[in-house]
Amino acid sequence: MKLQGRVWKFGDNVNTDLIIPARYLNSSDKDELARNCFADVRPGFVEMISPGDIIVAGNNFGSGSSREHAPLAIKGAGISVVIAQSFARIFYRNAFNIGLPILESKEAPLSIQEGNEVSVDLATGEIVILDTGERFLAEPVPAFLREIVDAGGLVHYIKKKGLAERKTE
Amino acid sequence: MSMTITEKILAYHAGPKHVSPGDLIEVKVDMAMANDITAPLAIKVFKQTGVHSVFDPERIALIPDHFVPNKDIGSAEQAKLMREFATEYHIKHYYEVGQSGIEHVILPEKGLVIPGDLVIGADSHTCTYGALGAFSTGVGSTDLGVIMATGKTWLKVPPTIKIEYEGHLQPWVRGKDLILFTLRTLGVDGANYRALEFSGPVIKTLSMAQRFTVTNMAVEAGAKNGIIEPDEIALAFVDQRSHRRPFVCTSDPGADYENVIKIVVDTIEPQIALPHSPANVRPLSEVPHISLDQVFIGSCTNSYLEDLREAATILKGRKVAKGIRLIVIPGSQLIYSEGIEQGIIKTLIDAGAVIGPPCCGPCLGGHLGILAEGERALSTSNRNFMGRMGHPKSEVYLASPAIAAASAVLGCIAGPEEL
Ligand code: SF4
Repeated sequence: MKLQGRVWKFGDNVNTDLIIPARYLNSSDKDELARNCFADVRPGFVEMISPGDIIVAGNNFGSGSSREHAPLAIKGAGISVVIAQSFARIFYRNAFNIGLPILESKEAPLSIQEGNEVSVDLATGEIVILDTGERFLAEPVPAFLREIVDAGGLVHYIKKKGLAERKTE
Repeated sequence: MSMTITEKILAYHAGPKHVSPGDLIEVKVDMAMANDITAPLAIKVFKQTGVHSVFDPERIALIPDHFVPNKDIGSAEQAKLMREFATEYHIKHYYEVGQSGIEHVILPEKGLVIPGDLVIGADSHTCTYGALGAFSTGVGSTDLGVIMATGKTWLKVPPTIKIEYEGHLQPWVRGKDLILFTLRTLGVDGANYRALEFSGPVIKTLSMAQRFTVTNMAVEAGAKNGIIEPDEIALAFVDQRSHRRPFVCTSDPGADYENVIKIVVDTIEPQIALPHSPANVRPLSEVPHISLDQVFIGSCTNSYLEDLREAATILKGRKVAKGIRLIVIPGSQLIYSEGIEQGIIKTLIDAGAVIGPPCCGPCLGGHLGILAEGERALSTSNRNFMGRMGHPKSEVYLASPAIAAASAVLGCIAGPEEL
């Protein structure tokens, strides 16, 4: 799948408290979460972006709290993919589980600037800065996680594999 | 073949006799846990799986602690959803306000985790239970919802970093100071995707409460789990609380570590994490007398009876400085009650502390002590991210209960020796 969008750039250690502050966790509604995405660091984020836009960040994106509300808020806001130099462990799992594509690349975030138009090929991991023509290859996503994304998230994956069948008969 | 304690527990729950870092394994889960923030989403996912019952109603713990007693209508709706699910699916370990407390204090206290267990919680500080020689790690709600349906999950076996503490502790240096010092060494992602094994003679001298403090903050370095080999102290702790037989294991002498870091503790002072990162740590002597508006003693890091007692020892016969709010929240109803029996709570109240009901309180900026713009707090909790306790322009400093109590009396960041 090919994605294309305008880049919103973030630094290192963007933790889940910054992505969605705790005072908004009294809801698990996707649209409400999206409205409060980056409420303190980029107020009004959801209004500034266009559907399909891309987040590019430094190291340790999504660290801290395990709140799945964080990837849900990002996805709900309309972001199509997050590219970071590295992701914190729980965020990495959560993003795949809810079907938010994420890619790890050490180099691409160093060259990509805020406002760049970038295209991403999820299948090959190729990232292209359309303004400059620069190309990068992201770390390949493990086959097993690709299966989860292809199935449409973890729930659909386990249903497809019949893992939940034990209790359904 | 030699294995670390983390690898042994994972192998035990995965079926094969041996696992190595990098192996992708499917494991059986002994206990699955969620709270009032993460459970509602997990329940939604559980329902989407289409199964009609949970994998085992005795192996799921649902703990309302983040926004309880409910702070607003939204949080009341979420708590209600979890409560109704617990009733409908006969969840044994659902603990209502009044019998409960903070999830990571409650699970060990009620004997729901014993050595060798594999515990998965929809909360990042689930790594706390590693202090009992269990493998425990945090996940998000979707993972947890699927575990409630299947009793299983997938994990990648992490490489282990071993931290060995040697030497003799200075006065007023506790588990909190050791882990803050360690975080300064590792950085906030220094153990990302890794297991952190805390070992060495100093760890063996720590009480269970202090060990929980250490493993609790493993995730602050990005670790998948923190773990301490179970010894007599850990076994005595679970013996009083559980009838299950523990699977006690330790790391083999020839086990493979990605890195071994030796820390000599002799010169370690009480440590302070400055805003806005738990790894932005300095020794107390290098931190100026920063004035404070609020001091918070509580959270799953430092709300044990021992923590309250330490604070009370310092606050006895003294008063909280004018202009300071001292908020104390015991980690569980049991700790609260024991604190009353032992006169600890009375001492704290006499000094001018306000006592909150057992819950997470202001730790995550939920309620019961939110900071206004420009305010500064010293907290015994585990995170001081920007805006963590309230206004994005407020500041949080992290320290041990002893430093918190002394700072409350002096009105600025200071140690008990300055009293
Ligand atoms: S006390 Fe704080 S860190 Fe611990 S579980 Fe509650 S919110 Fe999380």
